[in-house]
Amino acid sequence: MAGTTVLGRLAWYVATVVEGRQETRTARTLVLNVPSWPGHDAGQHVDVRLRAADGYTAVRSYSIANAAQNERVELTVEELADGEVSLYLVRTIAPGDPLEIRGPVGGWFVWRPAFIEPVQLVAGGSGIVPLMAMIRTRAAAGLQTPFRLLYSVRTPENIIYAAELQRRESEGQGLTIAYAFTRATPAGWPRPPARIDAAFLSEAALPAGEDPACYICGPTGFVESAAALLEQAGYDPKRIKTERFGPTGGIS
Amino acid sequence: MSKDSFVDGNAAAGALLSVFSIDITDADAQCAACGNVAPVARSRVYAFEPGIVLRCAVCEHPLLRIARGTGRTWIDARGLTYLELRTP
Ligand SMILES: Cc1cc2nc3c(=O)[nH]c(=O)nc-3n(C[C@H](O)[C@H](O)[C@H](O)COP(=O)(O)OP(=O)(O)OC[C@H]3O[C@@H](n4cnc5c(N)ncnc54)[C@H](O)[C@@H]3O)c2cc1C
Ligand SMILES: [Zn+2]
Repeated sequence: MAGTTVLGRLAWYVATVVEGRQETRTARTLVLNVPSWPGHDAGQHVDVRLRAADGYTAVRSYSIANAAQNERVELTVEELADGEVSLYLVRTIAPGDPLEIRGPVGGWFVWRPAFIEPVQLVAGGSGIVPLMAMIRTRAAAGLQTPFRLLYSVRTPENIIYAAELQRRESEGQGLTIAYAFTRATPAGWPRPPARIDAAFLSEAALPAGEDPACYICGPTGFVESAAALLEQAGYDPKRIKTERFGPTGGIS
Repeated sequence: MSKDSFVDGNAAAGALLSVFSIDITDADAQCAACGNVAPVARSRVYAFEPGIVLRCAVCEHPLLRIARGTGRTWIDARGLTYLELRTP
């Protein structure tokens, strides 16, 4: 006999785009107003659903970029060549438009103000988004928990939240940042363009001996290699959490 | 999807929550094939369509398969020995 259990469906909210902010040439932040949004933890994501008139739907996951603040949810999307959903969110959707989202979801890749241990953040490209939510949540709570961010980007122009990161680091509240440029560096930069490697890690990361909680986020390949480097350098694998920004989709 | 394009079990949090009504990504799961115990968030998702398959991060054995049809959801959990949820 087929079961008859009725599943409690996770609700979809109809958010409204309040503002679109171009972060880089290819990345845009959407500020959403989500009526009766329950709030979220830093590191969580939402699923976004686009529906065409003919019933076709596309679902993708996007990390929440902002610290919880009433009914406000910010997403930062990097456009992909031929990307169905990302191109729409970066180039087409406009203030006043509705957007269906479900969440917040994911209770594992999160950082909460009550966590007191030092934190090592490792971002590749748009993988900065959930880590930025952690940085903002920590700042909003007025905390000085040691936070170290390693941020790998192609060129200086590809840094998302560049001005805000610079401001927050200069405030001297325990957030420090090291960039790894993989294609082009600023003039006079000491390290030639290269990916994050063991030498960079030993120079720039919080020492393994401090036993930091590590959060790594970015494209699948980036996360794989960064996680392997941290493990080889003696960081506790149990304290390394990863979020791979690979292709998603899904059961709605 | 190619072998190197998997995402973390965490990425399936929305779909899993819509099926189970509680967040199981933070729960510990034991793989029935190799015995590894790890949070569901650490498993691997290689595909979302037509259904979701979560695989063991150590041995790649399927832990949980979920398929949805009109008015029906199928859950195949034979790859799991147990799921340990945090309950208040
Ligand atoms: C938990 C989670 C959180 C995420 N958060 C963010 C976020 O905050 N910001 C953000 O910009 N993206 C994020 N992503 C990625 C996002 O979900 C989509 O995968 C991405 O926007 C591409 O969707 P698309 O419809 O534009 O591309 P598609 O039309 O699905 O794909 C276009 C082409 O790009 C390839 N492709 C698809 N996705 C990726 C990818 N992620 N990396 C490389 N190639 C890809 C496809 O194979 C295809 O060839 C997140 C993913 C996960 C799993
Ligand atoms: Zn296994």
